[in-house]
Amino acid sequence: MSSVLFEEPGPKTRARHRTWAVLGSIVILAFLALVILKLWTEGAITPDKWSFLTMPSILLGLFEALLSTLFAAAIAIVLSVVFGLIFAAGRLSRVAVIRWPSILVIEFFRAVPLLLLIFFIFLVYSDVLGALGSLVISLMLYNGSVLAEVFRAGILAVPKGQAEAGYAIGMNRGQVLRLIQLPQAIRTMLPAIISQCVVALKDTALGFTIAYPGFVREGELIFTSTLYNNPIAVGIVLAAVFIAINYSLSRLAVYLEGRQRAKMAGQQGMDQTASTTEATDANTGA
Amino acid sequence: MDEYLPELMRRLLDGFSMTLFLLGWSALFATIVGTMLAIFRVSPVPPLRAFGTSYVNIFRNTPLVVLFILAVEGLPTLGVAIPFEWFAVVTLSTYTSAFICEAIRSGINTVDPGQAEASRSVGMTFGQTLGQIVLPQASRAVIPPLTSVYIALAKNTAIAAAFGVVEATGQLSNLIRDFAPFIYPSFFAIAGGYILIVAVISGIASALERKLAVVR
Repeated sequence: MSSVLFEEPGPKTRARHRTWAVLGSIVILAFLALVILKLWTEGAITPDKWSFLTMPSILLGLFEALLSTLFAAAIAIVLSVVFGLIFAAGRLSRVAVIRWPSILVIEFFRAVPLLLLIFFIFLVYSDVLGALGSLVISLMLYNGSVLAEVFRAGILAVPKGQAEAGYAIGMNRGQVLRLIQLPQAIRTMLPAIISQCVVALKDTALGFTIAYPGFVREGELIFTSTLYNNPIAVGIVLAAVFIAINYSLSRLAVYLEGRQRAKMAGQQGMDQTASTTEATDANTGA
Repeated sequence: MDEYLPELMRRLLDGFSMTLFLLGWSALFATIVGTMLAIFRVSPVPPLRAFGTSYVNIFRNTPLVVLFILAVEGLPTLGVAIPFEWFAVVTLSTYTSAFICEAIRSGINTVDPGQAEASRSVGMTFGQTLGQIVLPQASRAVIPPLTSVYIALAKNTAIAAAFGVVEATGQLSNLIRDFAPFIYPSFFAIAGGYILIVAVISGIASALERKLAVVR
């Protein structure tokens, strides 16, 4: 094992690393053991706290709730992509009356906390939209604005000669955008789009705060019941399911990015692809 | 209107001082823990690397709401009794440190390999290479990704509103309840506060970036 920061170690260094490895393992294991011991003695993870996992009706309820969370996430993602495409095109427009409102909308919804949007839309429009509508619209406004910037970066990263070739054979600006730049941009932007899907899926859990009957809400119904009273056990199960879904999606994004890089290797435009996906990776903190 | 404006100002002030409280403490703890995790992840010691990687994968992929439930509902069952805002700080720091770790690690990767090779060739250890050569140079490259993380953190403090902390977002429902005709001004005032915080964070970041910029 070697990297830039260290190389194949000699016997003395190996011994030192071994000492560190043993010390580190002891500290980490001791810490984990302490946590588990504390959880056990306080009765948070004793077998009776997990017994809900053996009840078919509860498992079915959790599964249905997970489906409705995934359903909300799926609608939100589709709407976000449409919203993102429209506003990316708007921001790239040469007409100031279209460009400036697009910039304003994108920048506003990117800077405002998603939960503030959800609360506001739910408090004001819940009669019309309901919990699902409020959640999906809020997610669309936020993720759509982020995606608009991803698309814009992707379109700008397509080599200039492509657009010029389009104009040269007599296409107008709309055709160049739609038929030449966008198809190439979408392909390079796919990893970033998937990363944003992970963000959207994670944010769908916020539906819990406006009582959307999703996965987290269903979990709350279990742990608040006097029968179970097990927030830690339920929380661990909820987290594990989200981690499994999001981790697989992230792996997919990494795989697609790797394939992309291999394909683009030696071609012009590779650097731009790498930098734009990195920029959106940082965004996943949201 | 005469009643609304002073009351709006008062509640905005209350709300955003709590938001800044959450932001400040969480940013501090997350930066400390995140830096440690980043050092773990690039270290030559396998157990530490594995710990760093697992931490990042677990906390980056869990929705913040679920972490909030584990802290706010779960910790009291273990006998932990602290005010709600500190539960929020614990949750936000735990979550954000995973993102800080990744931002710093990406910064370490931007430092020219020749720098680390040169320091190794003069006999520096891993700790010396990292602490005296790589991290000081990485500190320039980490500013943009770290800025995104801190901005995301500022927005994430809003989630505390759903868990008993009346910060800026929590003030929205109170304002709408007490001043129903002023729904839109209340929303845009609070939104404006967040936009201001985001602008200040990016302003500080670009000032720092200018200050640290060197000709390479």
